Amino acid sequence: MLDYITNYLGSQVTPGQAGNVFWITVYILVIFAGVSVAVIAMNWLERKIMAHMQVRLGPMRVGPHGLLQPIADALKLLLKEDLMPENADALTYRLAPLLIVIVAFTTFIVIPFGPTHAVTDMNIGLLFMLGVSSMSVLGIVMAGWSSNSHYPLIGALRSSAQMISYEVAMGMAVLTAVVMTSLHGMGPYGVGGANTSGTGTLSMIGIVDAQADQQVWFVFKFFPLGLIAFVIFAIAMIAETNRAPFDLPEAESELTAGFHTEYSGFRWSLFFLAEYAAMIAVSSVAVTLWLGGWLRPFPNIHGPQINLPGFWVQAAPQAGLVDLLFSFAPALTFLALAGLSFRAMVRMPRHPSFKVQTMGLGGFGAVLALVGLLLLVPPVRNRAQDIFWFVAKVSVSMYLYIWYRSTFPRYRFDQLMKVGWKILLPVSLGVLIATAVTGVTLGGWH
Amino acid sequence: MNDEKTARVLAPLPPETAAPNTFLDSNELIINMGPQHPATHGVLRVILRLDGEKVLGLECVIGYLHRGVEKIAENRTYAMFNPYVDRMDYVAAVSNGLGYCEAVEKLMHAEAPPRAKYIRVILTELNRIASHQLWLGTHALDIGAVTPLFYTFRDREEVLKIFEKYCGARLTTHAFRIGGCLYETYDGFEKEVRKFCDFVDPKIDEYEELLTTNRIWVERTRGVGVISGKDCIALGVTGPVLRASGVQWDLRKAQPYSAYPDFEFDIPTGQRGDTYDRYLVRMAEMRQSIRIIRQAVERIPEGPIMAKIPKVIKPPVGEVYHSIEAPKGELGYFIVSDGTTQPYRLRVRPPSFVNLQALELMVKGQLVADVVAVIGTLDIVLGEIDR
Amino acid sequence: MPEEDKPVAPPSPPGAGQSGETPAAAAPPAPPKPAAPAKPPGPAPVPWESELVTRLKLQYGSAVAEASTYAGQHYLVVEKPILHDLLEILRDQDGYDYCVDVTAVHDPKREQPFALVYILYSFAHNTRVRVKTWIRDGESAPTVTDLWPTANWLEREVYDMFGIRFDGHPDLKRILLPDGWKGHPLRKDHSILQQDNEWVQINLGIESGQ
Repeated sequence: MLDYITNYLGSQVTPGQAGNVFWITVYILVIFAGVSVAVIAMNWLERKIMAHMQVRLGPMRVGPHGLLQPIADALKLLLKEDLMPENADALTYRLAPLLIVIVAFTTFIVIPFGPTHAVTDMNIGLLFMLGVSSMSVLGIVMAGWSSNSHYPLIGALRSSAQMISYEVAMGMAVLTAVVMTSLHGMGPYGVGGANTSGTGTLSMIGIVDAQADQQVWFVFKFFPLGLIAFVIFAIAMIAETNRAPFDLPEAESELTAGFHTEYSGFRWSLFFLAEYAAMIAVSSVAVTLWLGGWLRPFPNIHGPQINLPGFWVQAAPQAGLVDLLFSFAPALTFLALAGLSFRAMVRMPRHPSFKVQTMGLGGFGAVLALVGLLLLVPPVRNRAQDIFWFVAKVSVSMYLYIWYRSTFPRYRFDQLMKVGWKILLPVSLGVLIATAVTGVTLGGWH
Repeated sequence: MNDEKTARVLAPLPPETAAPNTFLDSNELIINMGPQHPATHGVLRVILRLDGEKVLGLECVIGYLHRGVEKIAENRTYAMFNPYVDRMDYVAAVSNGLGYCEAVEKLMHAEAPPRAKYIRVILTELNRIASHQLWLGTHALDIGAVTPLFYTFRDREEVLKIFEKYCGARLTTHAFRIGGCLYETYDGFEKEVRKFCDFVDPKIDEYEELLTTNRIWVERTRGVGVISGKDCIALGVTGPVLRASGVQWDLRKAQPYSAYPDFEFDIPTGQRGDTYDRYLVRMAEMRQSIRIIRQAVERIPEGPIMAKIPKVIKPPVGEVYHSIEAPKGELGYFIVSDGTTQPYRLRVRPPSFVNLQALELMVKGQLVADVVAVIGTLDIVLGEIDR
Repeated sequence: MPEEDKPVAPPSPPGAGQSGETPAAAAPPAPPKPAAPAKPPGPAPVPWESELVTRLKLQYGSAVAEASTYAGQHYLVVEKPILHDLLEILRDQDGYDYCVDVTAVHDPKREQPFALVYILYSFAHNTRVRVKTWIRDGESAPTVTDLWPTANWLEREVYDMFGIRFDGHPDLKRILLPDGWKGHPLRKDHSILQQDNEWVQINLGIESGQ
């Protein structure tokens, strides 16, 4: 049994490929818990960031700087009465939120947080991802239909039309990345080192590996083709997740809350959870396809080789100096966050009523500092830096989500369709063809 | 009661609107928007008849906020009724008060002294800015832009602070009395108003920066809820909606009242009569208001603030109609006096009520999302519609 | 309500032809304004002389009962039968293209207790005119929705508040009050103390709306 567990630690493949059931279970649990915590954190961050963009403070009361607000909200939602419209289709009504949550979390199976940090690596990972995520429209339609109410129905209809439309453009953009994996060469234009091997794969890990091999993030490949495809994907993914400015299915001012108007309490919070989980999932795909997944910035620069024996470099013996420097970034980030927490703690008013909050901030900072210090340890550092870079990139994408929401008005339905079919789809098709042509002429097929 | 109304809307379509060849059988959808709905600005109820997302027809159901203001007026003295008018268009309470006080003064053949008139103009124009700011915030929110709401409320706060310092109230101010003003300006009033003008001018640029060239904003508002100047006049629509349709008509210029003849300002107009033009007109109006306030503060005369009118207000027998340019349009008071201390009949001509009638014309054939945009752009206040 | 609050003679608005004794207290005591010269007994309406009035009087004779100016505002009092035609003439020939308001005044002391008031405005001439007509209780008036669509809701409100019916109105029903409301509140015989509890009892299941 112990062998069964330890065998995997040294392995260079994902537990799914290794067939290691124990580690698969652990990974699934960790990802589930991690995504749930991320959703809670995202909730707090979204409220704080939007508040600061809108000259407000946001939650300030529950916990220091409102840090415990999402937890309080979650508790409130759990305790709320679970209402169901009288004439609702009971079974469908109850199934819909479950389906959406299951779908949202299933997609995380194939998302690689690092070369080995994925539940499994399917050779059709990307296809699986698209297929599963498009099933969430089913849950939305079920929710809208079974509520037996007009607003949810219209919301569901809008949602299905929107998601189907944008999946096409999204698929084209994804194909562009897939085409790029099968092209040779180093550097943005694929000229030069024909010795590296692209893989031509749908596997999520394979795609990042291809970016590592070609030493370029696909967003910069065949500039500006990669960038255009990335932008198309970024727009489509906002529409896919029903977020502003494409949040028509839940357009508050028109349809009160869209397809989940009739839901309350825990069922409503499942929708909430699923929405944010789906946002994280599609952002992860975007990061994997275009932004080099777990690769650190400037993956093509390694700096001079250093082979000093000793504790600090022992973990990455063949890496260059730049690699080493970048590998300190996770620890420094956490230490900086800890510093911010301590600073906030020092600045708390000296008053007995703030005592608990001050202590809480201090504890939070201590935890962050501990994580930061732990990340300095070479084996941990080496294994965790992939996850760090991946999460950092996803965080940037999530920040953009919030930024869009507080900046843009909402599209109208016909305009949304116009953008989807008349702009994004032709452009993405063009980019796909142009990528293929450029690849053939400049790099040659693998 | 509701069944009856719904049944009327549910009545079959007239033949010309029914789809000629319905290969796929489809039904109309009746949607009940309001009276409790995030976008109906209060308790407006709109029953929409939809074909998919397209609006085939609608019916407004109003009166949820009816308080019988006109009946109350007949049972109160002229001075006692003054605070009630603040409760109609509570977003622009000062304008309501100005209209009422001027109407009663006209009935009494009295006139407020020049200083009072200037104070009135300053406060009324400040209130116009506040009203437009609130409109902009909520209108943008309806269209999905969340942030302008907070910006406008932040800046509207400065107006309310001036009101509070002047008369102790922020929203329903009861700032004016029949015959002039009760309160002299507080120390530093002029300085603060000037400061506010300097403060809010760049803020309006800030709102415009967020919206005017925003592609989504332009797409959502351009060509939406178009109404021609002719239709506006036929439907009695006034205020910025009329001006955005190209009719250069503002009561402050057409039939100047109070101290308005003394000031220089322009009447901004639009050409297309769509939601975007109405937005631009209102933005320009805020700038014109600032211009008026700056002039008024500069030239404010010294002197009494109250005309010599009797303590008990007893206008002679007669009837007058007086109207002012409220932020929403022509706000008129038709007062019949029988020589007693109470109005015999007081009729309010509310701009929002009349403007709301145009909703059906403006959204028929457009999409559900446009209904929300058009309700926002009409700038209605239900307190004034239902009275 | 009106009985206790209005001991003074009924309003008989200035169009009704009374001229004399207005209460002395109403006169502004020595107004300091140079603009408004003092009018000791309270101003009375003066006849409105204009080409329009001459023409209308020529056309309709005594059906145009009065044409006066009060406080700088012109008004016409006409008989009901010519009301619609006259308004149409005002709209088409004299440019009164904007119907500002349609409202009513109730004066129960008169034989024809309801005054319908149409306030018109001309964009071309920048002038206003009020057209007034007196009708009996229960008598209906011609609608002007065919002349000005804006009259639709305004006439509905008059109907709601006074119970005056308009012939030919496309959708004459209550607008501000609930459909089941009894009575018309702006009539003088409708006391403000009178509560319509029936509606709340049936629809809201409570004893009283108070």
